[in-house]
Amino acid sequence: MDNSDSSQDILVSVRNLSFSRGNQKIFDDISLDFERGKITAIMGPSGTGKTTLLKLIGGQLFPDQGSITVDGQNVHKLRRTELYNLRKRLGMLFQSGALLTDMNVYDNVAFPLREHTHLTESMIRTLVLMKLQAVGLRGARNMMPNELSGGMARRIALARAIALDPMMILYDEPFTGQDPISMGVLVHLIKSLNNILGLTSIIVSHDVHDTSAIADYIYVLSGGKIVGEGTPKEIQNSESEWVQQFMTGAADGPVHFHYPAKDYVDDLLSSGKRY
Amino acid sequence: MIQFLQYLGESTRTSFTKLGRGTYFLLQTVSGILSVLPRPRLLLTQMYSVGVMSFLIITISGLFVGMVLGLQGYYTLSDFGAEETLGVMVAASLVRELGPVVSALLFAGRAGSALTAEIGLMKATEQLSGMEMMAVDPIKRIMTPRFLAGLMSMPLLAALFSAVGIIGGQIIGSGLLGVDEGAYWSQMQASIDFRDDIINGVIKSIVFGFVTSWIALFEGYDAIPTSEGVSRATTRTVVNSAFSILGLDFILTTLMFGDD
Amino acid sequence: MQHTSTQDTLVGLFVASGVVGLFFLALQVSNLSSFVEEDSYTITARFENSGGLKIKSPVSAAGVKIGKVSAISFDPKTYESVVQMNINARYNTIPDDTTASIFTAGLLGEQYVNLEPGGSDVFLKNDGKIEITQSAIILEKAIGQFLFKSAEEKK
Repeated sequence: MDNSDSSQDILVSVRNLSFSRGNQKIFDDISLDFERGKITAIMGPSGTGKTTLLKLIGGQLFPDQGSITVDGQNVHKLRRTELYNLRKRLGMLFQSGALLTDMNVYDNVAFPLREHTHLTESMIRTLVLMKLQAVGLRGARNMMPNELSGGMARRIALARAIALDPMMILYDEPFTGQDPISMGVLVHLIKSLNNILGLTSIIVSHDVHDTSAIADYIYVLSGGKIVGEGTPKEIQNSESEWVQQFMTGAADGPVHFHYPAKDYVDDLLSSGKRY
Repeated sequence: MIQFLQYLGESTRTSFTKLGRGTYFLLQTVSGILSVLPRPRLLLTQMYSVGVMSFLIITISGLFVGMVLGLQGYYTLSDFGAEETLGVMVAASLVRELGPVVSALLFAGRAGSALTAEIGLMKATEQLSGMEMMAVDPIKRIMTPRFLAGLMSMPLLAALFSAVGIIGGQIIGSGLLGVDEGAYWSQMQASIDFRDDIINGVIKSIVFGFVTSWIALFEGYDAIPTSEGVSRATTRTVVNSAFSILGLDFILTTLMFGDD
Repeated sequence: MQHTSTQDTLVGLFVASGVVGLFFLALQVSNLSSFVEEDSYTITARFENSGGLKIKSPVSAAGVKIGKVSAISFDPKTYESVVQMNINARYNTIPDDTTASIFTAGLLGEQYVNLEPGGSDVFLKNDGKIEITQSAIILEKAIGQFLFKSAEEKK
């Protein structure tokens, strides 16, 4: 991070990745690069395995083919302790927040610190309050996860993700199901955390508008392939019909409104069978 | 017919796969013991939710079971003029069988199902996955303390169950039905052997605690992470624990008390 | 996950009560207390037939338990049953002409050794032998004899 050309530095590189679940091919020989210090978004319709990609980067799943390198280390060749050491430098924000429900907010944010450091409780307290202050929820420290709204839970999870000062944060659908205000708060937080802490961010989302507002670079995935990539502007002006449909949200286009089925008329007339 | 055979083969294969996964899970859980021992807090919290929370149901059930044994035993024994041996009957049935078995069944219903639901929901809400991403091994951090707590609580609960039951039998036997209190205790002491009866009963309850905790944790860990999946896993915990407890009880009884 | 001192106390109480339960079972319910009790000395008696007597069967005198059977073996020379008994050291005034008989507690109860003290001034010591014995009554034999007798009387 200290060298001058860090902006050109690739932190995560995905090479020729293939992954399938059962007979379904989720990724088919894709390659992506994530630059250090930038916000890169992966977009695509639901069910294209965007979350799977994050789990692959975090080493929770193993690819069928290809490699993923994070900060010069091949994630899937690491031994368990090395992988865990790498994960300490990654933060992941789950869609649900994934807060531990048997602890209050304070203990949740303190959790990684208590697990991985030997800091005294008073130092942990200082750190936890700093992180909570950063997400604006210092006042909610005594609440239990079930008392939090979805947006608050995500902000607490964000505070927990930055507790160990990671080099990178993976966001899994951070905007889904948020009201406009909490959405705005989250967009602002992701942007400012990235700039202030010098983080690298990977956002997985299908929310076109807000993601393109903060992303530096966007990959659009569909059917296991990359169908478009570029800066938000380039994507907006993409010539690909598919990308256009995704960005504008048209009901029919290259992606059909109907799920594949046999002919409608035939189906209606074949009344003998139940299904 | 072929379909049936296919189904049979398939389900046999899946159950072996599950047993294999379960064994791997158990080994991982047990291997986490060393990392839990320096952190007794983790264990203590789980002793609370596993042991203390089962305390009431175990003692109350034990009392009633003992009282029923006292009543039934008295009526049966008095036909032979052997009321004095009521203590032996109550104590032997409790210490050898009912104490370990019934308390383990109650434990599976109370603590086992709660464990499965807790772990299953943690999985469904990505808490386990989240822990992994925070470089915390969920097996060591979540499973091992709960497993140890179950293993340690079960013999204590079974002993409480038997002790309370024997007192319950005494309350009914000598308090209500007039069996001589001295005879109740002295006949009992003469016939109940420390090694054969008490220790074997404790061994049984340790085995039951082991199996029940294992099943409960693994079913939760292996649950399909939806609300239906978790509820099914909870049911499976209770059913499979009950089967395992009763089956193992038969095996252990033949091994322990078979040759007199 | 909230560590409160109440929780600690309750866990402590739970563990303590479980341990108390175990101790109760060991000391009040089982014969552990009679194991560790004072010393005992061993005497043997030979019976023609020791019936259903078992190891740990009680040995009593005048209806009070004073010891227990520690070993039963068959003597291939005399064809007798050799019963070894541990007698509580407190009861060290058992005369050497004591009669040992095998009785049954109740009709279907357990069999036990009953010691009927004689009048001798010499007391049994460790490894002492009781000479006068009375075998167990075998129920089948007794019934058989009874039937046989009554059949003969009818003739």
